[in-house]
Amino acid sequence: MKIHEYQAKQIFRELGIPVPEGKVAETPDQAVESARSLGTYPVAVKAQVHVGGRGKAGGVKLAKSAEEAGQHARAILGMSIKGITVKRVLVEAGVDIQREIYAGVIVDRERKAPVLILSAAGGVDIEEVAAADPEKILHLVLQPGLGLQAFQVRRACYFLELPKEAHRAMGETLHALERALFELDASLVEINPLVLTSRNEIIAADGKINLDDNALPLHPDLEGLRDENEEEPLEAEARRHALSYVKLDGKIGCLVNGAGLAMGTMDLVKHFGGELRCDRVAEGVLKARELTGIDVPIVMRLVGTNEDKARELLEGTDLIMLPTMAEAAQKAVELSHRSGD
Amino acid sequence: MSILVDKSTRLVVQGMTGNEGKFHTAQMIDYGTQVVAGVTPGRGGQTCLDRPVYDTMQEAVRETQPNACCVFVPARFAADAALEAIDAEIPLVIVITEGIPTLQMMKVYWEAQRRGVRVIGPNCPGVITPGEAKIGIMPGHIHMPGKVGVVSRSGTLTYEFVNELTRENFGQTTCIGIGGDPIVGTDFVDSLRLFNEDPATEAVVMIGEIGGAAEERAAEYVKREMVKPVVGFIAGRTAPPGKRMGHAGAIIAGGSGTAAEKISALEAAGIAVCERPGQVGEKLRQAGVRPLS
Repeated sequence: MKIHEYQAKQIFRELGIPVPEGKVAETPDQAVESARSLGTYPVAVKAQVHVGGRGKAGGVKLAKSAEEAGQHARAILGMSIKGITVKRVLVEAGVDIQREIYAGVIVDRERKAPVLILSAAGGVDIEEVAAADPEKILHLVLQPGLGLQAFQVRRACYFLELPKEAHRAMGETLHALERALFELDASLVEINPLVLTSRNEIIAADGKINLDDNALPLHPDLEGLRDENEEEPLEAEARRHALSYVKLDGKIGCLVNGAGLAMGTMDLVKHFGGELRCDRVAEGVLKARELTGIDVPIVMRLVGTNEDKARELLEGTDLIMLPTMAEAAQKAVELSHRSGD
Repeated sequence: MSILVDKSTRLVVQGMTGNEGKFHTAQMIDYGTQVVAGVTPGRGGQTCLDRPVYDTMQEAVRETQPNACCVFVPARFAADAALEAIDAEIPLVIVITEGIPTLQMMKVYWEAQRRGVRVIGPNCPGVITPGEAKIGIMPGHIHMPGKVGVVSRSGTLTYEFVNELTRENFGQTTCIGIGGDPIVGTDFVDSLRLFNEDPATEAVVMIGEIGGAAEERAAEYVKREMVKPVVGFIAGRTAPPGKRMGHAGAIIAGGSGTAAEKISALEAAGIAVCERPGQVGEKLRQAGVRPLS
């Protein structure tokens, strides 16, 4: 699950990572009000959406007065960024930027450990930096049972060529990043840019946190940070029923009892154009059909535990049960052609 | 011969008294697996499916000497259950549970490494040696004793390949579901190494999917050390980047982990890659593997 910048910054604040003062506004008037209460200019007006590239889309603007902040908010609120309508802006005190750094911590599946990623080339897409100039990126593996060590902090500071006066603040921020990852059960905590000011302060000018969906039951407080406006409505609906549903383009739906098999089936459907208990699947599909009144043809390929029972259940209904994936995929394609677009 | 589990395996089931745990334990017993005990905190002293139930793994080990453990415990408690099994020095711990937080699994992984315990899973169907023992949730009846090893990140997709291998009369030595999570206890390379050293295994089918680089590492291993033919399959050729495709680990992140990359890595290592499960027999025959007579 992703959360918004303003939510991430609230968490940063609690963990002791300095962030600019800011307020969330849902209307232009609120934005004017927020800018006034900050009492310092310029202020940044930033669209709160989960997708990246909001700056390029015109979702981040600087204002020199409260009125200008209101005008920017009017332009940004309601704007569509990669298909998501902006519902909120963060109005934030401007930051005195000396340098922009990238700092992030992720759970690295290959190393099976958290890795702190740092780069002096902050404020830009870190994946592009990684592809173009990999030597500009420092990876520090947080060894299991050890975590971030003092020598690693020193290495980070020297790698980033930070002035001596900023080392302590940087160390505190890196330790807080590590704490954030573990305390929230996050899969990614990222500050881009992490700003070095002319007074050698370290400030998080942006914030991104991705939470591990599997860990959400352990953190009921974090569930409240979910923004369903950002989710595919059908995926949100499915999640409420504890179903795993992935919305894709196309006109053939796949109902499959397993992620790998689902991907395999999907690939196969494209190519032409289990287990669980089969009787339970058949029963479920029959019931779902009865409850929802779905009238598209349903092709099922059922082999495995209790397949005979499933066949009995489906006998006399118009549900089509076929023994191989290839036949089922072909049948689905055939029926979809018959029904036209 | 086979790997990991056989007739002599003595299994303790954590979470045997729960709904799924009980159903699948009954199926395992039916298949011939030696289930010696169950562990459910608070149910010590009871029996379930005619097996004694203990409160702790320590007691179960003392009383029944298991050498393998299967975890059906719900996600919130599963990592702790696995750590308890590792602490009790069970050499093989198979975690079926889906939904374990990644950072918790990371702890389990490193503790298992430290203690020399083999963990399979989580989020996997388990391990079966056809005709001898099944530990997990796979349907026993589609398997057949034979000569091909199977290793897979998926559950249900594996059954398709197993079904084909049975239908085409190759059978299986052992089938390992390594699990669909980002961090799993045993990966493709570990499994391939075991099959490489198993005299009964003549060829291996490996079933991968998008996300991570485990297939690429497997390809390197195959190129370097594998002396047996390997046939591969990669699910998710049509999966869009950035979408988590049902498995926690199945996501194309930062443009890497795609099926195309994996397929070309496999092919470069001399692995014949199937486009669909139905081709597995043909690919095996082309690699010189003959069905059972």
